[in-house]
Amino acid sequence: MNTYTLDHPELALSEPKTLEKVAIVVSKGSLEGIYPALIMANGARMEGIEADLFFTFFGLDAIRKDRFEKIKVATVGNPGMHMPTWLGALPGFSALATKMMQRQMEKIDIPPIPEFIELVADSGVRLYACKATVDMFGLTMADFVPQVEGIISVGEFYEQAAGGQIIFT
Amino acid sequence: MTATMIAETSVDLDAEGFMTVPEQWNEEIAAELAAENGIADLTARHWLVVKFMRERFLATGAAPSIRALGKESGVPVKELYELFPKGPAKLAAKIGGIPKPQGCI
Repeated sequence: MNTYTLDHPELALSEPKTLEKVAIVVSKGSLEGIYPALIMANGARMEGIEADLFFTFFGLDAIRKDRFEKIKVATVGNPGMHMPTWLGALPGFSALATKMMQRQMEKIDIPPIPEFIELVADSGVRLYACKATVDMFGLTMADFVPQVEGIISVGEFYEQAAGGQIIFT
Repeated sequence: MTATMIAETSVDLDAEGFMTVPEQWNEEIAAELAAENGIADLTARHWLVVKFMRERFLATGAAPSIRALGKESGVPVKELYELFPKGPAKLAAKIGGIPKPQGCI
């Protein structure tokens, strides 16, 4: 990087000093799929960076009234769990792993998902549901928590994200 | 780390402008740091947050999370961002004369 900027001092000067805006796409509905996006959105706001969250496909579970309190860790098909697939598939195993993980998170002050959704919304993060998925699953605004600002198309999402960085999770 | 004169006191600051020696802090310094960071007038609500941050840090050795700040300081999260638009925890720490918060939340 140093060599690069020395060779091109004009590039070094034109580089923005800070990130000003991020738009984060949440496409997975598991605990480990949703938390990173919430932590990054909250972290952005804490640094004074604008942040949007766009929930698509199973990521919508994070903002669905009937599901957002029941988000679980994926214990099957998740090599990160370091356990045999048959073990992860035992009844109640995912719930147990989720409980253990949530206890650890509470210790380092990471809120449960419903509280976290409220926290990021209160912090000024804008929450949107993806129109294509909403139509596919036959959902309406009534299915979502009140913090959701609207159901928007991909095109509208890009408009909203203009001038910022897009992160896909 | 550099020593800088703020409100006629010599203060040690890190590269981002956070005080590294909390004992050097006083309210005049806080007001000046706030003005430098876009808060011209520290209201009673600002002070509530700044003092909560500072006291919590001095008592525990770590700055509180935004979650704790919202729940325990007496100022809810929405208002925290109205008071400190560029990041409540970070700015309140800077104004309160304590190091930059290290946590992710």
